[in-house]
Amino acid sequence: MLEIKDLHASVEGKEILKGLNLNVKAGEVHAIMGPNGAGKSTLANVVAGKEEYEVTDGNILLEGEDIEELATEERAHKGVFLSFQYPVEIPGVTVTNFMKTAINETRKAKGLEEMPAKDMLKKIREKSELLEIDRKFLSRSLNQGFSGGEKKRNEIFQMAMMEPKLAILDETDSGLDIDALRIVANGVNKLKNDDNAIVVITHYQRLLDYIVPDFVHVLYDGKIVKSGTKELALELEEKGYDWIKEEINA
Amino acid sequence: MELKDKLVSSFLAFENTVDVDAPVHDIRSNAIKIFEEKGFPSKKEEAWKYTSLNSVLKHDYSIFPKEENALEFKDVKKYFIYDLDTYKIVFIDGKYSSHLSETTHDKIDVCLMSSALDHVKYKPVIEAYFNKIAPKDGLTSLNTAFSKEGAYIHISKNIQADKPIQIIHFSTGKESAQMLQPRNLIVVGENSHVQIIERHQSLTDNPVLTNSVTEIYADKSAFVDCYKIQNDNQNASLIDNTFIEQHAKSVASVHTFAFGGNITRNNLNFYQKGEGIDSILNGVTIIEGKQHVDHNTLVHHTEPNCESHQDYKGIFDEKATGVFNGKIIVNKEAQKTNAFQSNNNILLSDKATINSKPQLEIFADDVKCSHGCTIGQLDENALFYMKSRGIGEKEARALLMYAFANNVLESVKIPQLKTRINKLIANKLGVNIGFDL
Ligand SMILES: Nc1ncnc2c1ncn2[C@@H]1O[C@H](COP(=O)(O)OP(=O)(O)OP(=O)(O)O)[C@@H](O)[C@H]1O
Ligand SMILES: [Mg+2]
Repeated sequence: MLEIKDLHASVEGKEILKGLNLNVKAGEVHAIMGPNGAGKSTLANVVAGKEEYEVTDGNILLEGEDIEELATEERAHKGVFLSFQYPVEIPGVTVTNFMKTAINETRKAKGLEEMPAKDMLKKIREKSELLEIDRKFLSRSLNQGFSGGEKKRNEIFQMAMMEPKLAILDETDSGLDIDALRIVANGVNKLKNDDNAIVVITHYQRLLDYIVPDFVHVLYDGKIVKSGTKELALELEEKGYDWIKEEINA
Repeated sequence: MELKDKLVSSFLAFENTVDVDAPVHDIRSNAIKIFEEKGFPSKKEEAWKYTSLNSVLKHDYSIFPKEENALEFKDVKKYFIYDLDTYKIVFIDGKYSSHLSETTHDKIDVCLMSSALDHVKYKPVIEAYFNKIAPKDGLTSLNTAFSKEGAYIHISKNIQADKPIQIIHFSTGKESAQMLQPRNLIVVGENSHVQIIERHQSLTDNPVLTNSVTEIYADKSAFVDCYKIQNDNQNASLIDNTFIEQHAKSVASVHTFAFGGNITRNNLNFYQKGEGIDSILNGVTIIEGKQHVDHNTLVHHTEPNCESHQDYKGIFDEKATGVFNGKIIVNKEAQKTNAFQSNNNILLSDKATINSKPQLEIFADDVKCSHGCTIGQLDENALFYMKSRGIGEKEARALLMYAFANNVLESVKIPQLKTRINKLIANKLGVNIGFDL
């Protein structure tokens, strides 16, 4: 699904990703952990195509196709979805209208007709129920005045609406209370199938109790320095990152 | 000959076309003297520092339309809010078009300034209100001197106008360059309601200069809701002078949508004369190329417990220039005034500019006045967020601009007009947004 080879990326002339490799197959869940400032969000942004990050070397392949030259929206059309660590507030555009535009723009790009209003409403109803989102919420301006947890839940609602092939969830758990975490994780699990893949970026093992990863990676100083199974997350939770830093420096 | 001299010397010829014995003619004669003395404003004047009229004054304008021109409704339909039942007062090259208009004298007077000035029936209203609210500066005096035609709307007590009124001025370009000076008077009686939509539209690329004066009188508890659509073509310049006098508990709002034209200057003054008044000034400006839009507002609070709300949004692309000059005066007596002003701008190019200047003159001590001005760019993070959801660059930018102007668009109380304005914006931005905002 996603294959990243020797990826180097910099912002404002400063190299952040320094030869990163990652291979995510369809049907898999990968977790990426790592200390603050290691480059996790940068990786997510680079895969989604944020322009301020310059890829200086390496490749990003989505289903075997190099997506480096594609614009952000074209990547989205191909099924890349990013749940933002810090979702952006957009006053004046309701959640519903935003989703209608997003879905119809994506359909247009694929040469499909706009989704009939009836189907759209049905889909919005289904997905908001899945994430236990109050309907009133959907007619509010996107993320404006949403609590931290509401923003994150709304990100996963958008994921449910867009049905991406590759979803990268950047610290979706942070800001969620315990019940919300369960609801959101449950939603993500329902969206998972053999044809899509999920990369979760998190600092806490807790989320991984719900969304069980097939692989756990440690991103440190712009590289994946260690990979393992879900037990690695437990080990990190217990011991922190010092032992990994020592291993690298040894 | 300079335009000023040409205008002054044309006054004699103008006198041959009007009743010089009518009382208003003294007002005209006085006004031409004031214009002769003051002339056109120059950049030396503080209020005109950022707007120069020099480039538009250099044309050899014809001052009086030479011939009557007709237009077919189907050819100009798109400039009307045609899906809305309204009264219409339409002018073609400054001359009234009965063919395109729909006036009335049933309960309310929606008709022509020329007939109001000529008929004794209207004399009391003309004597009481004509040229009483307008200040006596050069441009306004110029308009007063040549005042002859325009819209006349009179609504007496306790009447709700049964439908909105559209005032449209077309210029056909039959003259190589044309100057128009419509003069409107709108008198709204105690506890009466009216909504007005105004538009100036040039139909060719020939230069047009419009120096329009509108006086609006809102009596006690009156409700006056005005919309100005300024989406004219490249060579049409507009100086829109609108002066509003409000009495106790009246609510008056003016929404100005400035989407195009050459030089557009809005002089919009509210004079409050009573308690419990609300004055609302909203504006959305979206311009590009070398277009220039200048909003010069004044709200004068003279009595206690009144409010004013000003909200102007501007989006400037390419080499477009904008000016916002918002003056609020609060007299010593005007305690408990709430006056708000905000002017937010987005510059889409590094060659675009905006000069924004609030001027607060507050002489009362127990008042709430706030003003804020921002100048920024489109938020890159918001653009990335939208694009990451599959929304294209152009649409994402447009959505953000809509979002930026949204609260002003939301204040449009006529749904068909709101839809039209949304479409005008969508056209301008070259997008098709699949829903009504
Ligand atoms: N746009 C930017 N401009 C300047 N520096 C940036 C930018 N984006 C990221 N960086 C820098 O790159 C490094 C990696 O940032 P990134 O956000 O990817 O870290 P992270 O691993 O997601 O951290 P956290 O766990 O705190 O979210 C940091 O030092 C950060 O300051
Ligand atoms: Mg991060």
